Amino acid sequence: MLDKALSGSSRYWTWVIALMAIIGIGFVFWVQQMIEGLTITGLSRDVTWGLYIAQLTFFVGVAASAVMVVLPYYLHDYKEFGKLTILGEFLAIPAVIMCMAFVFVDMGQPIRIVNVFLHPSPTSPMFWDTVALFGYLVLNVVIAYVTFGAEKKGIAPPKWIKPIIILSIPWAVSIHTVTAFLYSGLPGRGFWLTAIMAPRFLASAFAGGPAILILLVLLVRKLTKFDPGLKPIFKLAEIVTYAMLVNVFFVLMEIFTVFYSQIPGHMDHFTFLYVGLDGNTTLVPWMWTSTILAAVALFLLLVPKLRRNEKVLPVACGSVIVSIWIDKGLGLMTGGFVPTPTHHVVSYVPTLPEIMITLMVYGVGALILTVLYKIAITEREIIEQVK
Amino acid sequence: MAKSTRRGFLKLAGVAAVGMGAKPVYDAFARRSAPEQPTPPAEALTAKRWAMVVDTRKCLREHGCTDCITTCHLVHNVPDFGNPKDEVKWVWKEQFEHGFPEQHNEFMSDDLRHKDVLLLCNHCDNPPCVRVCPTQATWKREADGIVMMDMHRCIGCRYCMAACPYGSRSFNWRDPRTHIAKIDEGFPTRTRGVVEKCNFCAERLVRGEIPACVEACKAKALAFGDLEDPESEVRDLLSRHFNIRRKPGLGTQPEVYYIV
Repeated sequence: MLDKALSGSSRYWTWVIALMAIIGIGFVFWVQQMIEGLTITGLSRDVTWGLYIAQLTFFVGVAASAVMVVLPYYLHDYKEFGKLTILGEFLAIPAVIMCMAFVFVDMGQPIRIVNVFLHPSPTSPMFWDTVALFGYLVLNVVIAYVTFGAEKKGIAPPKWIKPIIILSIPWAVSIHTVTAFLYSGLPGRGFWLTAIMAPRFLASAFAGGPAILILLVLLVRKLTKFDPGLKPIFKLAEIVTYAMLVNVFFVLMEIFTVFYSQIPGHMDHFTFLYVGLDGNTTLVPWMWTSTILAAVALFLLLVPKLRRNEKVLPVACGSVIVSIWIDKGLGLMTGGFVPTPTHHVVSYVPTLPEIMITLMVYGVGALILTVLYKIAITEREIIEQVK
Repeated sequence: MAKSTRRGFLKLAGVAAVGMGAKPVYDAFARRSAPEQPTPPAEALTAKRWAMVVDTRKCLREHGCTDCITTCHLVHNVPDFGNPKDEVKWVWKEQFEHGFPEQHNEFMSDDLRHKDVLLLCNHCDNPPCVRVCPTQATWKREADGIVMMDMHRCIGCRYCMAACPYGSRSFNWRDPRTHIAKIDEGFPTRTRGVVEKCNFCAERLVRGEIPACVEACKAKALAFGDLEDPESEVRDLLSRHFNIRRKPGLGTQPEVYYIV
């Protein structure tokens, strides 16, 4: 299988080398972080999680969203998604690996990560998050390997894989639920202390993840001979539309509860994010960018003519992705920490090394994705030729 | 043939790796009784539930005094980086309105509003930091309720810092050893990348000494003792004076009380 990734056009190799260069540059900054410590990031005693953990949250969603192609195909026998399932699973694998990498680069003592397994702590959502993510990675690798292997040989996948595929559906929901529990169970953080956190995470995941998949599939259609057709892409776009509507609805629910009840401990965080607090407006432009993009995306997605336009759909998907990336990333992180437990309003701005290390992990994810997609697409092209 | 053998080996190795990971997890769930507590030496100060009472009225007289903070940070080798971003602190002073943001009243006297109050780890009876730690590197001592920190086990994920509603925990963003004015051999220094906080001077209690901040306070504004002992000074103070705790509504049951 892997040999398919070792031969390719000069365009393929240019891309691979470019990714390796990004990884290489980021690696230098990571070495610096290993030598000097997390002091080279913008994090502080007050804002202890930032860009890294924000990416963890976002990419757990991307990983979980594979279920949006797996579920219709395997549970509802929606044949149109047949050619997409492998691309969905091959997106989930690098996404989970990126999540793990982001936790790893965020740790003060990464070498001690084995302590999570040596001293398992069932009361800690972080312990369960680790278990859920590892399990999800194993499930997706096994499922992709077996189903893709069978398809390559032109035979039906073995029967025993079906229950494992069914298991992967609730498991996908579980990884994002447990990730939400990381935040929503903390007594002193009014911004995160909301029962709607997990539903919100899932809604934004099922909008953002398939939006990324649409962009990838459109790119694959353009660059290779493999064509899953436009029909499943438009079906995915419908899923993105519904999920984005639910996501925005959930955000409005939060806004109502917080601002109608007017409890300062809950309200101050939203005020800080959207209008600024005590003169600090660091995140205000970001949050409004996210809001405007969400509105633009919903308009483009809700009008059927626009949604089914190959030129417009990528713009809509891009807006969904960036909107959610801001809201679920820096907004969720900094908004949770500011104002601080002693009611100080502080700023968090990621530093250059922090951004480069983040890009390194993005590079690793993109490289794994490239290799997996290269294998899948080359095999598919061979199958199509034989036919 | 050679290829399929290699593949088979890799599969086996993968299964074996998962199996090895499962063993300690199984052990942890199978564990029934906690490991035995070592018996403290005869000279040690012991209690069923350690608590501190801060008399903010007395502290006012010594306005500007930082003896408790300086002494604590000296005996615990707490580094001073001179910037808020890398800051590590075990006890510190904060204006009343920041220490008690929910007690903030519009026409409160300026004296009280801006009065410095001493903040430290509350050694909660129901500590959220302990609940969230993924490695049990922080835990509550069954014997006396002190919330302890194992800085050799801590992986530096900082989840406890997100969980603490009082901002009582610090992280070593950089090597602390280069910024300790004079290393006290009586207490270990820390490594980069771990969380630390006030330990109610557990290392002094075992030697029969009261916490360093209590000892250092010239105004006798700090009292330390056993809440379960009706004859203790802390119980006496709490029964005679109106006192408050930080964010009691969160159910963490702080063991640091403030007389205002």
